Amino acid sequence: MSCRVFYIGILAAVLLVGLAGPVQAAPSVTVGSKKFTESVILGEITTQLLTANGVPAGHREQLGGTRVLWSALRKGDIDIYPEYTGTLRNEIFAGRKLPTLAALRTALAGRGVKMTAPLGFNNTYALGMKRGLAARLGIRTISDLKAHPELVFGFSNEFMDRADGWPGLKRFYGLPQTDVRGLDHDLAYRGLEAGTIQVTDLYSTDAEIAYYHLRTLKDDQGYFPDYQAVLLYRSDLPAKAVAVLKRLAGTIDEAGMRAMNAQAKIQRVSEQKVAAGFLRKHFQLSAPRRRAGFWQRLWQRTVEHLTLVAVSLSAAIGLAIPLGVWAWLRPRTGQVILSVAGIIQTIPALALLVFMIPLLGIGGPPAIVALFLYSLLPIIRNTYAGLHDIPPPVLESAQALGLPLRARLRLVQLPLAARGILAGIKTSAVINIGTATLGALIGAGGYGQPILTGIRLDDVGLILQGAVPAALLALAVQGMFELAERLVVPKGVRA
Amino acid sequence: MFELHDITKSYAGTTVLELEALSVTPGKTLAVIGPSGCGKTTLVRLMIGLIQPDRGTVSFDGTVLTPDNVLALRHRIGYVIQEGGLFPHLTARGNVALMARYLGWDRADIDARVAELAELVRLPLEMLERYPAKLSGGQRQRVALMRALMLDPDLLLLDEPLGALDPMIRFELQNELKAVFEALGKTVVLVTHDMAEAAFFADSILLLRDGRVVQQGTADELAERPADPFVVRFMQAQRVGVAGAPGAGS
Repeated sequence: MSCRVFYIGILAAVLLVGLAGPVQAAPSVTVGSKKFTESVILGEITTQLLTANGVPAGHREQLGGTRVLWSALRKGDIDIYPEYTGTLRNEIFAGRKLPTLAALRTALAGRGVKMTAPLGFNNTYALGMKRGLAARLGIRTISDLKAHPELVFGFSNEFMDRADGWPGLKRFYGLPQTDVRGLDHDLAYRGLEAGTIQVTDLYSTDAEIAYYHLRTLKDDQGYFPDYQAVLLYRSDLPAKAVAVLKRLAGTIDEAGMRAMNAQAKIQRVSEQKVAAGFLRKHFQLSAPRRRAGFWQRLWQRTVEHLTLVAVSLSAAIGLAIPLGVWAWLRPRTGQVILSVAGIIQTIPALALLVFMIPLLGIGGPPAIVALFLYSLLPIIRNTYAGLHDIPPPVLESAQALGLPLRARLRLVQLPLAARGILAGIKTSAVINIGTATLGALIGAGGYGQPILTGIRLDDVGLILQGAVPAALLALAVQGMFELAERLVVPKGVRA
Repeated sequence: MFELHDITKSYAGTTVLELEALSVTPGKTLAVIGPSGCGKTTLVRLMIGLIQPDRGTVSFDGTVLTPDNVLALRHRIGYVIQEGGLFPHLTARGNVALMARYLGWDRADIDARVAELAELVRLPLEMLERYPAKLSGGQRQRVALMRALMLDPDLLLLDEPLGALDPMIRFELQNELKAVFEALGKTVVLVTHDMAEAAFFADSILLLRDGRVVQQGTADELAERPADPFVVRFMQAQRVGVAGAPGAGS
């Protein structure tokens, strides 16, 4: 009777996975991109150009940050991704002196990675001010600012704090301005508009430059480091694909990138269309990329999300119930089990996901393992508590009848703890469904995908396309377990 | 039937039971009595192997109780505790039949045995389909007794089986229980704190105090030849004048 808890969990999992169906076959070459618009556009351009030239390519868009992409590339989960020379120097090869592109290439070769020639634009820090004001004051370069000590500067907090940000810049150029404020980046644009500040920091390809009619001041003395965009690819990438990548070198200048960023971020054109437009213009290619419809996308995300939840949760149920029983039978070991499960729960989800990448790559498996680990504690704890709360006379009666340990568990103790165990599973399921949205950061798909895109594009509609189904799924699963409770929890002990 | 030798049992340095020798005669009823904390429940728990003695041996029907054989021996002992200890997730029938089902009895055999026992303890058959929470205290104890008797054990071990019942029900159940014992001719060990009850049921009474035996004998012997002033005081405190179970009216 008590085994029902377990079997129903397994059954539900099998059902859900069965529903999910087979995962799409992987294309021969996989392009990755980081979770910001420019990277997604570059990834899309690369993917479409490869496909149009007879190299079937897939795009795993907006996988987390540098660490995720770099690990995935080295592991072979992706073959190509857009990167910046400055990031290579300051993050991936931090601490090594690699002043030239040739030095970078050598360092990369040591890791089995190659790099294309720069794509043509440099996305580095820049200072910007309103075009009209700059023209009036005759300011074109950062050096020109020295003649205008009355200007008010408003910098993002990060730029204010970094040694190579404002403090370094001030010293390097000998800038005299004293009214310098730290503020949020979005507020800085509004401040420029309202005239409360006159100069701010920006990235040289920011979409907002055109939108707010800003002029970027030339870094005439070469203070800011180079952030040349390049494509990194694995050295085992087929020659045919490499030849296609080479064609992209030098094709995108700052103005071009800025315009594409603006199209995507401000005019809300999809990255696919932006990329297609670029390819039409520069390569006379018309690569019609069929984009899946809303319902088809929703279905695919639902399948991905359910797979993550069902597999991780049923594995967690399978392990956590025995662990909870063990913790109850052996109180000393129990303390260790509960402590370890508790510690796992305190690891931030993102950190756990990133830990998994070197072991399991990107995509579903690392996300499933992380979700599995997160689902353990509530089930273990509730199993333990459910058993712990059984009145001693009942335990003693079962023992005095002459039932062996296993039979006592199966016939008496687990059925009596069933309500508690089920409550633990319910808690785990809801946490699991919510946490699974983070899986999108490492390419596991699911409802997190539109949420991530929505956050990136500041598009509430897109965020809701992920958040609403996730909430509905949580409700549905909760309802399902409420039904399961009727089957599993014996009538005599129901509330 | 039960032989206990040279037993000591202590918890956290305090000796709760110290027994040189005790034997339970087959077919007879032994009542274990004494004030709270005298060690009577410890004695019963030792007999069914829920706890092990620090020193000494407990043997049942010639076999020394060990952790290896205790499960098999328990099938030959029926055990009833104060609140019945019924499993709340099973119906009365489920409780009674649990062990037989586990041992793989035929359904027909189980049903026949349950019906037989229900008649014996005078429990209406429709009550068997109820969960323990829907039964009265007296009905619960009848079900507990049925569960203890299901496998037709050689010995019944009853730890204050009537302790939680109100006086009228208790009186009624005492009579019925005695009839059951007589009908079955089983060896019975009954723990109680009520001398009248002990005298009513038992062939022999074992009076314990602070973990030691004060006196063992019939109710008459305890009343007429007390081994110790404590026996006198205990009998007086229970308002037992003469032997023969005045309160129970045999």
